[in-house]
This record gives sequence, structure tokens and C-alpha cells, in this order.
Amino acid sequence: MATLKDKLPPLGQLGPFIALLIACAFFGATTDQFFSAENFSLILQQVMVVGVIAIGQTLIILTAGIDLSCGVVMALAGIVMTKFGADLGLPAPLAILLGIGVAALFGLINGLLVTRIKLPPFIVTLGTYNIAFAITQLYSKAQTVTEVPSLMTLLGNTFQVGGTNVAYGTVLMIALYLGTWFWLRDTAPGRHVYAVGNNPEATRLVGIPTDRVLLGVYVLAGVFYGIAALLSVARTGVGDPNAGQTENLDAITAVVLGGTSLFGGRGVVLGSLIGAVVVGVLRNGLTLMGVDSVYQVLVTGILVILAVTVDQLSRKGGR
Amino acid sequence: MTAPQIVMQAKGLVKRYGQVTALDGADFELRAGEILAVIGDNGAGKSSLIKALSGATIPDEGEILLDGQPVQFRSPIEARRAGIECCYQDLAVAPAMTIAENLFLGRELKREGFAGNVLRMLDKKKMLEIAVARMADLKVGIRSMTQAVETLSGGQRQCVAVARAAAFAEHVVILDEPTAALGVKEGNMVLELIRRVRDKGLPVILISHNMPHVFEIADRIHVARLGKRAAVLNPKAISMSDTVAVMTGAMPPEKIPVECLA
Repeated sequence: MATLKDKLPPLGQLGPFIALLIACAFFGATTDQFFSAENFSLILQQVMVVGVIAIGQTLIILTAGIDLSCGVVMALAGIVMTKFGADLGLPAPLAILLGIGVAALFGLINGLLVTRIKLPPFIVTLGTYNIAFAITQLYSKAQTVTEVPSLMTLLGNTFQVGGTNVAYGTVLMIALYLGTWFWLRDTAPGRHVYAVGNNPEATRLVGIPTDRVLLGVYVLAGVFYGIAALLSVARTGVGDPNAGQTENLDAITAVVLGGTSLFGGRGVVLGSLIGAVVVGVLRNGLTLMGVDSVYQVLVTGILVILAVTVDQLSRKGGR
Repeated sequence: MTAPQIVMQAKGLVKRYGQVTALDGADFELRAGEILAVIGDNGAGKSSLIKALSGATIPDEGEILLDGQPVQFRSPIEARRAGIECCYQDLAVAPAMTIAENLFLGRELKREGFAGNVLRMLDKKKMLEIAVARMADLKVGIRSMTQAVETLSGGQRQCVAVARAAAFAEHVVILDEPTAALGVKEGNMVLELIRRVRDKGLPVILISHNMPHVFEIADRIHVARLGKRAAVLNPKAISMSDTVAVMTGAMPPEKIPVECLA
């Protein structure tokens, strides 16, 4: 007999909404400034970098992988594009493309190591995390790049919607989410990403080139990190070699909070957007309350463990 | 009596893995509209034979004929294009995906026009319609094709896997241990389905360790032994224990009564 539990979406998919509602209700009750269009717009601007990284991370986690190098690869791409533009004097569009290309190249390296040598994604990306970090520091000499071409900060500009400032980067982030959502849901390659995460052996046996799917996912994730780098540069106005430190784990937190299973094959990319917003709301709300930023890190840590617990329990629940 | 039509045939297949000879001149013959069981002890060359027939491995020597024409499959995809569908042992389905999605995995249909050609959008409605029709055709009693496979029982899942092979095969259906790991009732459900596949006119190659199941539905039994075909038996004439004796070598092929051969 179909019970109410069968009809509701799995708890993992409702979790992010519940978390978001609770967080909003809490901060709305404790601070005056929280519920304002301006503040929500600010939160979206704060999450756009993490949000776009989280798209790439979602793709990889859907294949039952994980990418620990995401934030640092983003930082490298940011340094490459700003230094190429500012120091080498390359035209800004070319510098941007080269920056995104470097991030895609790191994705390719991750993907090749995962598919060809069959190394676990965890170890591979732990390695590339350190490599990308070291290259970033060496190439930038640990210096922030300040003379950034104006084209690179364009996405940080805002336009007015009913008296509220909305950043172009926010619009880009939402467009990227909708595009990826469509791709995953309504195209064959998108469905194959789920199939690979679900049962790689069965997917291979029906004739889908699973290694090509995986490789494509890692490269595509790299491209998203590259775009996130551009957003980061646009937001801060500089190329920062130490960017991506918090984003690295925040992106994974956003994906897991968004209900995507770490075991692969289950999840909706739009959930990661909610997850990123939850992280953003927590950071923003705790700041408004005047809480020390260390507690924000503490709360995110607790949240991610809660989310993974829900994932694990709903899997063990027999379905 | 006219000679039965032969759908698939293999002559003198040899496959070596280093020092090990898995296939040592194996012959094989599948007739139209039959269920041919393939049995054999571990290491008898049973799975190497099936892999060669389904394109999963390339034999070192020998030839394979499909409808009398020589074929060489370099991959399972090529075998599939030739109308040979394989259903592998360990419930080869993606659990979190729907039944319809599983049926069309790797052969998705795109929409027509702009949505399909430019946006590469899938035609989910059409795939669902075909899935419902094919499953109804095979009398697989599952209510909704849009439920995730993981919501099904083990037997139903296996039925989906068998039906996937049967729904798209044009020539041959190969089933590798389809009733392993199933209870009695669920096993019977899958056996019923296999019979319906045969009755639709598709020949079935059934690899199984389960002797009662083999005797229940096979029309002929191919016994693999030491990389060769030891004999092809008639399950209506030979006993189960003699069959096991042929399989293990306790009964040499020349001592099998003529009426028991098929």
C-alpha cells in the first residue's frame, strides 16, 4: 500500500528546503536587517562563486566521485587570467579564456587519472589540490594581482530591479544552473552521468563509453571552476592567490546539503543552488548577529555532517 | 522432418589467456525459436563461449555465423547492432533510474525538430509509450514504468533486465544466470518471461547452473566441457543425473544413448 512516505520525495531532496526555511526563520526573528531585498541580493552575490563551483562539484559527485581541488583550481584560473591580462597585456577576452582553459586542463588531468589509471577521485584531487595550490603561489609569487582589466570585473556590476541591486554574476550563476539542470534531466549525455554514478558496470555493458562520460564530467567541472574564477575576480576586483580556500569545502557542503548523494547517481543540481544559499544565509545571518566568523565555520561543519547522515540513513532505509 | 533453421553457429572457437586455453575448438549451434541452455562446470569454457558470441571477447581462432553469414564482433555494441542482446548476471540495471530509462539506457530517443537536433532533448513521452507497449507485450506485470527500479522486488528487477534484452533483440537473446539469487516464486516469474520471449519467436541462449530450471524450460542443452562442446542433450529423454555425469566427465560423450542427443 502506498503510504504518505512513498508519495513524498525522498527526505534527502526536501532537506535543503527545510534547512533554508529554518535558517531564514531564525535569522528573520533574531535580526532586523535580514528580511530585505537588498540583503537577499547581497547573499546571492556572496554565494555566486561557491554556487558556480558547486555545479561542477555536483556533476562529479553524481558520478560517485569527489573533487577536493575545486576551489584551488579556481584560484589558479583567477591568477592566470588576471596575470595574463594585467602583466602580459593579453586582450582580456583571451586572458579569460586561457584562465578557464587552465581550469579545464586540471579537470582533464583529474579525469585521465581517474579513468586511465583507475585511481580513486579522492586521492587524485587531493594531489592536484596541492599541485594547483603550489603553482598558484609560485606563479603569483604569493602576490595579489591588482591591475585587473575592466572587462574581468564586469560581472560584479549590478543593475536595478525594482529598486534592488542585482549583480550580473548572479544572473549568470542562475542561468548556468538552469542550463545544467536541463542538460542532466533532458539529454542522453546528462542521463548517462546518472547511470555511471548508479551502476558503472551496467552502464558499460549497455554500450555507453563510461570512461568518456567521466572524463567529460571532470573537464566540464573544470570549466565551471574557471567561470567561478572570473566571478571571483569580478567580485573582489583582484586576482587573489589565496582565493578558494573556504570555497573548496563550502562547494562540497553546498552539494551535500542540496541532497546529492555522495554515493553517486542521485541528486538534482538545483538542490546545490539551495545548498549554496543555505551556506550563504548562515554566514550572512551569523555576521548580522555579530557572531565571530569561526562559529560560521563550526556551524557549516555540523551541517555537512548532518546532511551526509541523512543521505546515509535514507539509503539504508531499504530503498 | 525438415532440418531446423540455424540462427547462430560457431565452429572451432579457440580462446587462449596466456597459458590457459579457455576455448579449445568449441562448436555451437542455436536453432530458430528454441531455448538453448548452456551448462558446464566452472572453467568448462561456458562464459568464454558466451563472451565470444556476444562480442565481449574476440576469439583467437574459429568463426561465428549469424543466419549463415560470417560475423566478427569487436565489441558488445557491434553484437547488439546485429540484433544480439545480452542480459548479464548481476542485475545489470541502474537502481535509482526509472524502468523506462533503464530500458532505453544507451539507446535513448531524441525529439524531432529543434528540440532534438539543437537542444538534444530526449523524447521521454515516446520512450515511455514504447516501454509500456513492449512490457505489456511480454506481459510483465509492473504498474508504472516511471518508478525507480530500486522500488521493485528482485524478481521484478530481473524481469526488467530480461525484458530489456528481449524488447530490443532482433535475432538472439543471451541470458546469463537470470534466475540466480532469486527465490522460488520469483525464479518462476522470470522463467515464465523467458518462455514468452521464445514464444514471440526469439531464440534464447540461457546460461544457468540451476538444473531444475534448465530442465523446466530448455528445448536443448549444450554441455560445455574442457573448452569444447561435449554434447547437445535432449532434456525430455535424458535424466538430470546423467546430464550432470556428462558435464563432469563421469559419462563420456560416446556412451550417451543416441535418443538422448539432440
